[in-house]
Amino acid sequence: MEKMPHWVDVIVIPLINILLAFIVAGLVVFAIGENPFDMVYYMVKGALGSTNGIGYTLYYTTNYIFTGLAFAVAMHAKLFNIGGEGQAGLGGIGAALVLLAVPWPHWTLALPFAVLGAGLFGAAWAAVPAYLQAKRGSHIVITTIMFNFIAGALAIYLLNGALKKPGQQAAETRHFGEGAHLPTFHEMLSPFGIEFSKSAPANFSFVLALIAAVFVWVLIWRTRLGYELRAFGNSASATAYAGISSVRVTIIAMLISGGLAGLLAINVVMGEAERLILNFVEGAGFMGIAVALMGRNHPFGIILAAFLFGMLNQGGFELMWEMPGISREMVFVIQALIIIFTGALVHMTRDPIERMFIRMSKRSA
Amino acid sequence: MTAQQHSGRPDAAAPAIELRGISKAFGPVQANKDISIRVMPGTIHGIIGENGAGKSTLMSILYGFYKADAGEIFINGTKTEIPDSQAAIAAGIGMVFQHFKLVQNFSVLENVVLGAEDGAMLRPSLAKARSSLTELAAEYELHVDPDAIVEELSVGHQQRVEILKALYRQADILILDEPTGVLTPAEADQLFRILDRLREEGKTIILITHKLREIMEITDTVSVMRRGEMTATVKTSETSPEQLAELMVGRKVLLRVDKTVAQPGTPVLEVKNLRLVDEQGVERLKGFDLTLRKGEILGVAGVAGNGQSELLEVLGGYADATGEALLNGARLPLSGAGADGRSRRNAGIAHVPEDRQNEGLIMDFMAWENVAFGYHHDSAYQKNALFIDNVGIQKEAEAKMQRFDVRPPNPKLRAKNFSGGNQQKIVVAREIESKPDVLLIGQPTRGVDIGAIEFIHQQIINLRDQGVAILLVSVELDEIFSLSDRIAVMFDGKLMGERMPEETNEKELGLLMAGVNEKVA
Repeated sequence: MEKMPHWVDVIVIPLINILLAFIVAGLVVFAIGENPFDMVYYMVKGALGSTNGIGYTLYYTTNYIFTGLAFAVAMHAKLFNIGGEGQAGLGGIGAALVLLAVPWPHWTLALPFAVLGAGLFGAAWAAVPAYLQAKRGSHIVITTIMFNFIAGALAIYLLNGALKKPGQQAAETRHFGEGAHLPTFHEMLSPFGIEFSKSAPANFSFVLALIAAVFVWVLIWRTRLGYELRAFGNSASATAYAGISSVRVTIIAMLISGGLAGLLAINVVMGEAERLILNFVEGAGFMGIAVALMGRNHPFGIILAAFLFGMLNQGGFELMWEMPGISREMVFVIQALIIIFTGALVHMTRDPIERMFIRMSKRSA
Repeated sequence: MTAQQHSGRPDAAAPAIELRGISKAFGPVQANKDISIRVMPGTIHGIIGENGAGKSTLMSILYGFYKADAGEIFINGTKTEIPDSQAAIAAGIGMVFQHFKLVQNFSVLENVVLGAEDGAMLRPSLAKARSSLTELAAEYELHVDPDAIVEELSVGHQQRVEILKALYRQADILILDEPTGVLTPAEADQLFRILDRLREEGKTIILITHKLREIMEITDTVSVMRRGEMTATVKTSETSPEQLAELMVGRKVLLRVDKTVAQPGTPVLEVKNLRLVDEQGVERLKGFDLTLRKGEILGVAGVAGNGQSELLEVLGGYADATGEALLNGARLPLSGAGADGRSRRNAGIAHVPEDRQNEGLIMDFMAWENVAFGYHHDSAYQKNALFIDNVGIQKEAEAKMQRFDVRPPNPKLRAKNFSGGNQQKIVVAREIESKPDVLLIGQPTRGVDIGAIEFIHQQIINLRDQGVAILLVSVELDEIFSLSDRIAVMFDGKLMGERMPEETNEKELGLLMAGVNEKVA
C-alpha cells in the first residue's frame, strides 16, 4: 500500500479541514467576545433549520454548482478561468435578451432558449480571452480578470440605457412576464404533498445544475473531447506530439466553461429576480474557484462543496440577524477561513494523515 | 566534523568513504537495503545497476538529500552525520549531477563562486576564485575561460565547470552521476583523462553509470546494485562486462543484438533541404537530407543538441520546417495544415519520441489511456459517435501489455508508477502495433534497464524484418552500431556523412560527430 485509500483523500480530509476551519473561526469569534458554539448553532440552523433556510441554501448551491463546474472544466485543461464572474454577468444579459424579446407562453418553452442565450453569451465572453491565450499567449488569468471589469461596465451601460425599463430610475429591466416564471421548490413539491417555503428562491434551476454536473462528468471522462482536454491539461508537450491542437482544446474548454458560468443567470435572473438587475452575480463567479478546488474538479465533489458553501452563505446571513455582535465582515472571515483550510492548506493535514495511514497499513500487514 | 578531514588523510589505511548497513524506504518501497561499501582513497569506484536499483538514492543519502532510515557513514574513518548538502560539502564531498546545476547566463567565475561567497561584497570572492581557478586548471588540466558565459560553452566544458565548482569547495571525494550521457566520445575521453589526473592527485571518485564499457575502462573497483541491494563489489581487473551485466540483471544477458543482413527496398521517406529556425531564432536544421528505405534501420548518430530532436519533431508533425519531404512518393507537408501528429499517424508514420515522460506519455494518465494516446480517433477505440470505448481500450491495453511484457500488466496503473523500461515498452507497444510504414524512434533505451533494452531492440529488428522503414536517433554509439543497417551522422543541423556500420569505427564516427570530416580536412 503506497497511498491511503481514496475515500480518505476525498471525504475524511475535507471534513477534518472544515473542522479545523471552524475551530480557528471559533477562536476568532471567542476573541471578539461571542460564543463560538452559538455561532455554529445559528449558522447550521439558519441554513438547514427550516424549508425557507434550505430553500435559500439550495438557491446559493445552484449558483456555486454552475460556477464550480465552469472553473473545473477549464481547469481540466489547466486553464485558470477567473472570469466566471463576468461570464455569468454576460449570461444574464443573454438570458434577459431572450426573455424580453418574446412574450413566452410557458416556462418549458422559455427555458431552453434562455439556457441557449445565457450559455452562448457566457461562452462568447470566454471566447476572447481563450483566443488571446491560444493564439497570442496572453495569460488567461490576466485577460479573464480584465474581462470581469468590462462585463461589469457593459451591464451598467446597458441597464442605464437600452435595457432599462422606461420611466423609472432603477437600473433594471422590466419584469420578464408570467410565461417566463420558473417553478419554485414550493410549486414543484406541493403536488407531492410536501410543504416547502413559498418565499424561498430555490427553483427548477437546481435540477438544471444537477444535469449540468452529469453533463460535465460524461464530457470529461467518457468523450474524446474530454480525453483531449485532460491530456492537454496534464502535458501540453505530449498533446503536441499526439497531434492534438492546443488552440482547439483551449478555445473549446473555455467556451464550455464560459457557457456553464453563464447558466448561473438562469437561477438568478430568470428564476429569482425575473428581471435583469445590476451585480446579480454577487461574487458567485469567484466562489466557484473555491468550490471547484474543494470538490477536486470532480462534478460530484463540486455538488457537495457547492452545498457546503451554500450553507455557509445562507447560515452567515442568518448569523448576522441572530448575533448582532457578528458583522457581515466577520461572516466573510469565517468563510475565508474555510476556503483557506480546504484549499490552500490542504497539504497541511493531507500529508500527516497519509503517513499515518501508511504506518497503520504497515503494522497490520 | 573538523577541517582536518579535507586537509590530508589522518589514516591512510581508512577508506575515504565507508557506508555501513544503509537502508532507506520510501513508503513500502525499499530503495536501499542494508548497503555496505568501502571506497579506498585515490581510487575510482564504479556503481552500476539498472534504473531503479537504488544508485541515485544511495548517492543522495551520501550527499545529504535524504536521511537514511538506518546505517552509518564514515568519511576518512570518522563517523559523520550528513543531514544536508552543506554538511556533505563540509565533509569534502562534491557532486556532479547528470543535469548540470549552472546558471546559464552567469560567467564561469560567477557560477563557481555562487553559494560560496565570502561576504556581502562580490569582488573579493571573485578575485579569490579567479586565482584559485588558475591553480586548479594547472593542477588538474581543467582549462576553462573563467570569464566565459556558461551558455556559450560546450557541454563538455560546462561539465568541467561543475567539477571545478566541487574542487573549489575543496572536495576530496567526487561523485559523478552518469557523466558521459551528454558527451561526444572525444569529450568522454577527455573527461576520463581528467578523472585519471584527479585520481593521481589523490582524489576519490565515485562514478555512477549504466555503461559497462566505461566501468571497464576507468574504474578500479565496481559495485553492482540490484533492487536496492548491493549484489557484488569486485575488482574491475577481475571481472568482465558479461559478468557485470549478469550481476545487474540477475540472469544472462545478450549484449549484442542478433540480426540478419537488411534487405532494403524502395525509398519510403525522402527528405531534402530540411531547415528549421527555433523560437529563439537559432537555426537548428540547416539543410538536412535523408533517404529512408523499406526494411532498413537508419541510425542517426550525433551529440545531443545537433538537430536530431528537431528532425524527429518535424517528421513527427509537431515542429514547422521548410524543405521537401516525400512519403511513398506523395508530398508530406512540413508546416501548416496536415503537418500535425494526427495526420502523420494517418499517413503511416509512427513515432516513439525521445522524451517519453513529456511527450510519449501522459504521466498522470492510466496505462490504458496512454495506449490510445494519439490514436484516440481510431474507429476501433470509439463506442459510438459520442463516446470513447473505455472498456474496449482497457482490454486492448491489457493485451498489448501482455505481448510487450509490461510489468505489472495492470492497465489501471498510472504511467508514472511504472519503471522507465516499462513506460518505454508501453510507448513502443502502442507505436509498433499501429502497423506503420515508417517508425521514428528517438533514444529508444534512454533510462531503460538492460533487460528491457534487449527486448526493445529485438522488437525494432523484428519490425525491420517485416519491411518497416525505421529511423533511429540515438546518442549511444553502442546502440547505433548494434542496430543500424546504415549510419548517418548529424552535426550542427547538417548531415556530416553516412557510413556503413561494418566499414567504420567509433573513432571515425566520433570525429564526424564533433564536426570533423577527415575527407575534407
